Amino acid sequence: MAVGMLTAILSGFVLAILAPGLNRMVRGGAGWLLALLPLGLAISFASHAPLIASGNVFSESNPWVPALGVDLSFRLDGLSMLLSLLITGVGALILVYAGGYLAGHPQLGRLYAFLLMFMGSMLGLVLADNILLLFVFWELTSISSYLLIGFDHERAAARSAALQALLVTAGGGLALMAGLLLLGQAGGSLELSTLLLQADYLHSHPLYLPSLVLILIGAFTKSAQFPFHFWLPSAMEAPTPVSAYLHSATMVKAGIYLLARLSPALGGTDAWFLSVTTVGGVTMLLGAWLALTQSDLKRILAYSTVSALGTLTLLLGLGGTLAVQAAMAFLVGHALYKGALFLVAGTLDHQTGSRDVDRLSGLFRAMPITALAAGIAALSMAGIAPLFGFLSKELSYEAALRAPAAAWITAAAVTANILLAAAAFIVGIRPFVGKAVPTPKPAREAPPSLWLGSVVLASLGAVMGLWPALGTDGLLSAAGTAVLGETVSIHLSLWHGLTLALALSAVTLIGGVIVYVSRGLLRRLASRWESLGQFGPARWYELVLLGLNGLAGGQTRLLQSGYLRYYLMIVLVATVGLAGATLATRGHLVKPTDWSGLHFYDVGLVVLILMATMGTVLARTRLAAIAALGVVGYSVALVFVLFGAPDVAMTQFLIETLTVILFVLVFYHLPETPALSSSLARGRDAVIAATVGVLMTAFVLIATVVQYQPPISEYFAEHGLPDAHGRNLVNVILVDFRGLDTLGEITVLAAAGIGVYALLKLRVGKQRGTASAARRSELAGGVDDASLPIANPMRKEGDVP
Amino acid sequence: MATLLAILIGVLYAAGVYLMLRRSLFKLILGLVLLAHGANLLIFTAGGLTRAQPPIIPPDATALPVSSADPLTQALILTAIVIGFSVLAFALVLFHRVYQTSGSDDPDELKVGDR
Repeated sequence: MAVGMLTAILSGFVLAILAPGLNRMVRGGAGWLLALLPLGLAISFASHAPLIASGNVFSESNPWVPALGVDLSFRLDGLSMLLSLLITGVGALILVYAGGYLAGHPQLGRLYAFLLMFMGSMLGLVLADNILLLFVFWELTSISSYLLIGFDHERAAARSAALQALLVTAGGGLALMAGLLLLGQAGGSLELSTLLLQADYLHSHPLYLPSLVLILIGAFTKSAQFPFHFWLPSAMEAPTPVSAYLHSATMVKAGIYLLARLSPALGGTDAWFLSVTTVGGVTMLLGAWLALTQSDLKRILAYSTVSALGTLTLLLGLGGTLAVQAAMAFLVGHALYKGALFLVAGTLDHQTGSRDVDRLSGLFRAMPITALAAGIAALSMAGIAPLFGFLSKELSYEAALRAPAAAWITAAAVTANILLAAAAFIVGIRPFVGKAVPTPKPAREAPPSLWLGSVVLASLGAVMGLWPALGTDGLLSAAGTAVLGETVSIHLSLWHGLTLALALSAVTLIGGVIVYVSRGLLRRLASRWESLGQFGPARWYELVLLGLNGLAGGQTRLLQSGYLRYYLMIVLVATVGLAGATLATRGHLVKPTDWSGLHFYDVGLVVLILMATMGTVLARTRLAAIAALGVVGYSVALVFVLFGAPDVAMTQFLIETLTVILFVLVFYHLPETPALSSSLARGRDAVIAATVGVLMTAFVLIATVVQYQPPISEYFAEHGLPDAHGRNLVNVILVDFRGLDTLGEITVLAAAGIGVYALLKLRVGKQRGTASAARRSELAGGVDDASLPIANPMRKEGDVP
Repeated sequence: MATLLAILIGVLYAAGVYLMLRRSLFKLILGLVLLAHGANLLIFTAGGLTRAQPPIIPPDATALPVSSADPLTQALILTAIVIGFSVLAFALVLFHRVYQTSGSDDPDELKVGDR
């Protein structure tokens, strides 16, 4: 391609960053300006369409994470081309529409940014050749969808809908990632172009079934298949341009794209056929039925989109030339008419203030352009000749008639199409005909930005099947070739003769009209079954979410008690358990045999420390505890003296003196407090403390005999004099070799000094309690002044090392 | 001697932990100090004990005699002692302040905190 695919994808992200600023600069017209990028991309893609149609495939690759086999490799074939054109073409119209729909909205710039970010992600998704790259873009579309659904983030409904969509699609995304990795493992490559050639090998691979199931979960969640369909109607909380773009024309097709893309590698087996057709068929029927039970324009369209996605899944599950042809045609047809109808729904909402079909009537006179676009799109959706929707429906009927279990599948398809035809009349025709009724806002024709999109999409749907110059046949053939893995040629024609499919089309139309006329009856019927909805998948989602929150709350209450000692206990028990288990299984405890060289004063010193330690623990008064602590400190300093560490000993003596003084200063004036723990708690703590002590003893005994690395001290011993010009190596290490450590230490000291100073200088504000205030005044006189000097010796201490 | 010190270190840790688990801020700080002693001795012992020369190069030599004590562990402990003291000083003053404000040594009495 003239413009690299990577560049095309990145341009969306770059413009997304610039969009808010641009929107501020060009008040009002930013949508038109921003639409130039997707329009340019669409033209660039379209200019290559003839080459693609004649069987060429473009690919490019840049190394990204070569160690993991992940490259920025992209591939443009018929299927990618079809979707790229939809993404960029519809994207341009949507940007224009959004500018009109949210004109003057303070956060319009952000909406532009999210939309462009989504466009870049979606382009990446359909162009990626590397499956991990595909996954990255897949998740990016989920995230942009989350941001767009929650665009109106001050409403709780929008937030929860956004979260629901994210949790469902990202949960499926996790399954997809696992499935793709398994597929890569089985196929020995992460490149789609390699994987797709190994169908037979993959089918017999033991990882085939697990990877198929996981990938299908990913595709079904993204494309709102039963039982994951519930997030799509909720996602209608998004502003209408978003619904039209993401939740109808493009993003929800990502799952369909994945199925189509992988069908040469994974399709053609019984497991594929059964799971994909069943889920697709159920979704198709359920979506069509639920569409009729709604009265909100957007929700009707959302459920009919669910149904259409089900149809696409069903067709891809059937496989074979006819079904794939039908799927490709239907994919395009649906994007055109459903995108147009969504835009019409948004325009109606914007111009009249209502989206309720029961409150909109006779609007043709007020909004003729919108009405015309809506009518054409609705007729296309209902499958009326000569519109594109008729062609694609005809193809699906033919595919259904030749499928295994043809009777069932055809019956389901006809039923769903009858219901959808009625839904099409309700959305696209009903609001514009009949007697005009007053609407919340007086109805007026929309500005060009609000009708351009629906008019373009609707008229494309009208002419695409009839006008060969648009190259529809070639493009659909190339897409079909990519999906089937073998060359097919699709030729759309309006007249196939008096076939069974034509008869079914007639049945559909008549049925649609009948259902449309009796829709009130159906709605009443449906409302009687409404209570069934509380057992549906949306309820499962709520229950799972509640359970998750409960679990999180429970474990937080259990682990996050807010008491220091319980935190300590958890940490200690875990450490003793893990480290102790490792030491017990892997460590070699050497039995101490060599007691020679032990002097009587060594033993005396250790006994002294032991006694002083016990004294610290058991002391009845604070002063006794402090005194015992001092004895421990001085005796430890003596240990340093005995074993060739005079510097350490000197520091320890100094510090210990300061410690004792500091303790006395702070605690001398405080009254004794009673022991608060019960004897049971004390016993428990003693056990924990004893196990920690035993572990540490064992640890030291093992550490003294194990030497994994040669000691680095030899380096200091050798280089101390020649390099650092010092004979006291401890000093040399502190000020020279590890000088930065010492700087850090001084910083800690300074920070602590500042902290101490601040705490001493800080004046406590006026207190509420009188009792504690009295106690405080008694303290303040003696302690506050006396404790001031402690900052000074501390500062001197910085010089010691 | 290493065995004897290992037992001592164990006792210091146990005593430190026991004190830290008490419902008293004063004992918490005491425990901290004992724990610090235990940790310093642990580094000291793990580095290998020797009664020989301190790690100072004699005036007539250019390198440290082989039998000298390990200078690195000593440097580490020196740093640890000083940092331990600064933490202690801060903890003590903080306690002082807490006591002034709440009038109690009991951490459970503190109304403001992460509970």
